[in-house]
Parts: sequence; structure tokens; C-alpha cells
Amino acid sequence: MSDTTDLPVPAPDPAAWTCPAPVRDLPRVVMGHGGGGALSAELVRQIFAPAFGGDVLAQMGDAAVLSLGGARLAFSTDSYVVRPLFFPGASIGDLAVNGTVNDLAMSGARAAYLSCGFILEEGVELDVVTRVAEALGEAARTARVEVATGDTKVVESGHGDGIFINTAGIGLVPAGVDLRPQRVVPGDVVIVSGTIGVHGVAVMSVREGLEFEVEIKSDCAALGGLVDAMLAVTPDLHVLRDPTRGGLAAALNEIAEASGTGVVIRERDVPVPSAVVNACAILGLDPLYIANEGKLVAFVPREHADAVLEAMRAHPLGADSVIIGEAVEAHPGMVVARTGLGGTRVVDLPIGEQLPRIC
Amino acid sequence: MKYIDEFQDPGLARRLLDDIHATVTRPWALMEVCGGQTHSIIRHGIDQLLPEEVELIHGPGCPVCVTPLEVIDKALEIASRPEVVFCSFGDMLRVPGTGRDLFQVRGEGGDVRVVYSPLDALRIAQQSPDREVVFFGIGFETTAPPNAMTVHQARKLGIENFSMLVSHVRVPPAIEAIMSSPSCRVQGFLAAGHVCSVMGVGEYPELAERFRVPIVVTGFEPLDILEGVRRAVRQLERGEHTVDNAYARAVRPEGNPAARTMLEDVFEVTDRAWRGIGVIPDSGWRLSSKYRDHDAEYRFAVGGIRTAEPAECRSGEVLQGLLKPHECEAFGTLCTPRTPLGATMVSSEGACAAYYLYRRLDLPATKAREASPVV
Repeated sequence: MSDTTDLPVPAPDPAAWTCPAPVRDLPRVVMGHGGGGALSAELVRQIFAPAFGGDVLAQMGDAAVLSLGGARLAFSTDSYVVRPLFFPGASIGDLAVNGTVNDLAMSGARAAYLSCGFILEEGVELDVVTRVAEALGEAARTARVEVATGDTKVVESGHGDGIFINTAGIGLVPAGVDLRPQRVVPGDVVIVSGTIGVHGVAVMSVREGLEFEVEIKSDCAALGGLVDAMLAVTPDLHVLRDPTRGGLAAALNEIAEASGTGVVIRERDVPVPSAVVNACAILGLDPLYIANEGKLVAFVPREHADAVLEAMRAHPLGADSVIIGEAVEAHPGMVVARTGLGGTRVVDLPIGEQLPRIC
Repeated sequence: MKYIDEFQDPGLARRLLDDIHATVTRPWALMEVCGGQTHSIIRHGIDQLLPEEVELIHGPGCPVCVTPLEVIDKALEIASRPEVVFCSFGDMLRVPGTGRDLFQVRGEGGDVRVVYSPLDALRIAQQSPDREVVFFGIGFETTAPPNAMTVHQARKLGIENFSMLVSHVRVPPAIEAIMSSPSCRVQGFLAAGHVCSVMGVGEYPELAERFRVPIVVTGFEPLDILEGVRRAVRQLERGEHTVDNAYARAVRPEGNPAARTMLEDVFEVTDRAWRGIGVIPDSGWRLSSKYRDHDAEYRFAVGGIRTAEPAECRSGEVLQGLLKPHECEAFGTLCTPRTPLGATMVSSEGACAAYYLYRRLDLPATKAREASPVV
């Protein structure tokens, strides 16, 4: 039996109560490197950015904003790895369009053209490929973007997860629009375009075989139209971000860190559907860290906040928009939540993936 | 699932807080035993709202934190074997063993899977008869019954390729060890409600009497915790020391007889090492000899692993309530969730992680600055 049980049993000695100090380094990639949190950021900062160089990459936005032939273009790429391929409310095809379209939208650009690369695993049924392709095409039509070029590769069985998709997108940034975290100033109002945590819980509900009382559907959607509606009120939005991997917490932390301002949110004002609250309570997860796909968070000058909020609420994808907090001078680079009971807590950048708790 | 909002109601919380403020006349130190309670306290800012006189000391009740290093190393060893599917609750994957964790084993090719129930692991064993499926059975009285039931099921169904690496711990012996320490400052306990929902409260009256401490069975939502504090403070102010059940909606005095019967069938009480603390007599469970075939330690012969724990981390003192996390020199500098020195910083229920994640803002300025940013 356990070797500890064969030892003589000394009385607990509080003076000797210690804890180990294992050296923690990561010689290999772990899942957290793709989780959108601190490990992801390290990978980019320590390996990719130094290797690639370049001023544009240094912007570190979801989309790069480029000057080309007198036009300002937004350019972005993203790869989609999701299991299962179909989940309540959407599929990997919808994600592959909407994710990249939204990355462009966060720079103020309406996506015009997409590229689409499929990596297929040997053995995947063509019927599944067809359904994913059709979903992708339909999502592109809904987002009013054209798939202009593509590529297909096949990997051996066991070397993929059915279907991986990479999309890249390009679009024009309207004149007068300059969305980046460095423009955030204390006093800016923080708005989210609706309920959070829905997409992550929807995927989890099927991937992990969890059944909740209420089916939770992904909020996957293209946000170009909503952003257009906001820019129509004022081009002077300071920053937009779609809180995907790492959730609202990661998006707010990235903005706080890049802008050097503090962010305060009022926890009770953050809209979380009760189904998400309950699912997170069961799993020991925090909704602030759960992925979203059809939501954005905006930092808006206070004088424009009411008008922007009104425009958002008039759009179908922003009907539940709400002000959740503001940028502040205090605690630069940090996000703080005022709790429902009146206390405060730091809302940190997630390390890697959120892990369901033991109990 | 309902009733979450109801137990976070700010109006009711205010009334409980007012009552506590009106009751307290002098300093009291209460220990919440469970890491889940610690996180609820820090996450909701409850400690900031209590009177200065009421100090909450964070107990050793984080199952991830107290799982001994040698058991983690056994898990790493077993999970590295090519024939093994190693199944675990998620928050064990990031806990450092000697030099690496289960995430890294997975990165090196080990088949490590997160499951939400031990029965999921049993299902994998049924579906993969050519693999050895091992479940990491850790935790307090809360997770022990379903784990026991899973081993029982494996035996009943004749699933021979399923085994469990067991490192369960029991709360009452830990309370006894804490109270027996000459440096103990704890004057009252908030007992873990979910533990009592399984085991009942039968073991507590003797402890309350012997150490003359009130023990209040307490839940996990903000109002539960405030009510637990309120009742404990009332007893202390009156000079009482009884066992009081403030979580009656979940806890019956006798606990859950069916769960206890299952525990008695599958497990037997044993001495157990607690990470950062040492061996506490009778503080654990192991599989009884009747179920030895399903004991992963025997099946994979990892009983000989010995690990020396260097004394560079003070989380043993944190677990005992002698040190607040931010008072440790390594807090936020050498030790962060990204580079944890000890399990109390890496576990989602660990006191150090709670302070780091939620409370850096309130720490002395130098500490807060050192502790941020994460990367």
C-alpha cells in the first residue's frame, strides 16, 4: 500500500510544515499555450515576434492595420480547432468565418474577402466536409464577405482532429477610424454588446457530454453590421475587442495592459445568462473567463456613451448591450471588479485554460 | 439549479453584516476549513466587509493543495506509460510534481484526460479494453463517495482494466492536528458543508468540547458564509463552544448513510501525508484489501517513489493559518500562478492563488507592484 502508510507516524510538526519548490519550466507546448491567456502571450512575445520582426506585427492587435496604395487595410488570420465540429447554435464553419470577420471588425473594418484553408484528416466522411463547407458558405453570405481563395491539405489518420480550418481576411478601415487600446483614457465607458459566456458553455456542453437543464446555444455571429452601426454614431470609438478565448477577463486585461489605464467593472452589471451561471457554478468556472464568439466589448468616450449604447441596442446583435464599467487612473494595467456585496477583487489574465474544479 | 442569486443577495448580506458588527466586542480568529469557502470569501470580498475584529484564517481544505508530492509523482509516472489512459479532474493537471506536471506529461505524449466524473473514466475503460485506465482519486469526504462507488462498479461489472490512484483525506483529523499545535490561533471553525453532508456532524462534538471551539457547519455562497461567521461569533462572545449546523438545507446530522456505507465498503482509514504539512494519523483513506486489484499503486508498482521536499515554500504555514499568503517573501515574485512554488498557488482553491488572483490590489504597495503583471 502507500509507502507513507508503512512509515512510523510522527506527530505533526508545525515547524516543519513546508511545501516543495519544483522548478517550473515548459520545454514543450502545452494546451495552455493556445488558451489565449498568459502562456499564449508568452509564446508570441518570446518566440514568434522576435523571430518574425516587423513594425506591423508589433501592433499586436487582432487585425493588423496596413497602409497600401493610399488605403488603410485591415488584415487578419485565425485558425479554427474545435471539437466537436458541430455544436448547439453553430459549427466550425460558422466560426471560421465569423471569427476572422470579427477580428477585422474590431479594427473598424468591414471584411471584404476571405481565404480559407482546410486541413482534413484521412477518414473524415465527405458528408461532414460538405456540411462544414455549406455552413462556412452560408456564414460568409450572412456576413457579406466573399471567400476569394483557398487551399486543401490532407493529413494521415490520427494526425488531426477531423477538420481544421484557417481563414484570413482583408477589409478597408474607414477614414477617421482609429481603434487601438492606446487611445483608451480614464473616464472611458466600457460597454458589452450582450450576455457573456454562452459560446464556451455551449461547446463544453457537447464536448464533455454535460447536460444542462436548458440547452445553451453558441452566440457565434458576424459583428461587422453592429460595428457599422456604432461607427455611424461616432467614429471616435477608442477600442473594440471581441472577447473570445480567455473571455471578457482576457479582453479587458489586454486593453488595460496595452493602454496603461485601470479598468473597473461592476460585477452585477455584467450580463451572464442564468444557464451560464449555473453551468459555471457546477464546474467551478468563472463566466468572465469563458469564451464568446458573437460579442464585443467597447471603450467609448463618456460623451458618446449614451448614443453608442442606443445604436447598439437598436441592432439585433446588440439588443442586450449594457455599460459594465469604466477606465480609471487608479491601478494602471489592472482590471478590478466591484463585487455584488460591495467588496473588490482583481480580475486577472488567465494563465492558460480554465480548469474545472474537483469539487 | 436555482437559488444562486438568492444566496448572494446584497440586502440580506448587509443585514447579516450589521448583526455581526453589532455582536463583536473583541478580536476573534475563525478558520474556514474548505478551500472553496476561502475562494468564495476572497472572490466576493467578504473579508473586506467584516469587522476588523473578525479575522478569517484559511484552512488546509484544498484537496489539490494537500495531495502529497509523492502522490503527484506517482501520478506522473503512471500517466507517462504508453498503455495508460490517465483520467483526472481538471485542476490536478497543473499541480507541480518534482519538476513537471500532468500537462507536461500530456505534452510529451502521455494520454492524460480531464473528466468530470470518475464514472467517465470507468466508461473509457469499458470502451478501451486494450488500455489501462487510471483515475486520480483525490479529495476530501466530498469526492470520496463517488470514487468509492466507481471502484465498486468496476468490480461489479468485471472491468479489469480500471484502477484508481487514491489519495483521499479526512477533515476531522486535520482539525485535531491544527488545534493540537502549540502555535494555533484558531478560536472557531467554519466546517465544510459538503463534507458534513456526507459524513454528518457526529465527529465534531468531541472536537468542539476537547478544544473548546465552536464549530459551525457552513455552506459556500456569500450568505452561507456570513451566517456561519455570525453564528460562530455569537458563540464566542457568549463563551460557548458547540456544534451548530448553519447549512441545514444540505446537511443532516447523520450525513448520507448510503454514501457512508459505500465508503466503508471500499475504503479503509489510513495515515496520510498532507502536502506541506506531513503525516497526520488516521487522516486518509486507501482502497481496502478487498479492492486491491483496482489499486493503481499496486498495479503499476509505484510504491517506492520517494521525494524530498525542499523547504523553499512556506505554504505549510499558510495551510495551518500561521501565515497569510502575501506575508510570504516569495508571494508574487518567485511564486505566481504562472511559476508556482507550491500547490497553494496553483490550485483553484488554494489560499495563495486566491490572494494573488483577487486581492493583489489591497496588498501593501510594494507587494502589489511586484505581483503584477502576471507575465
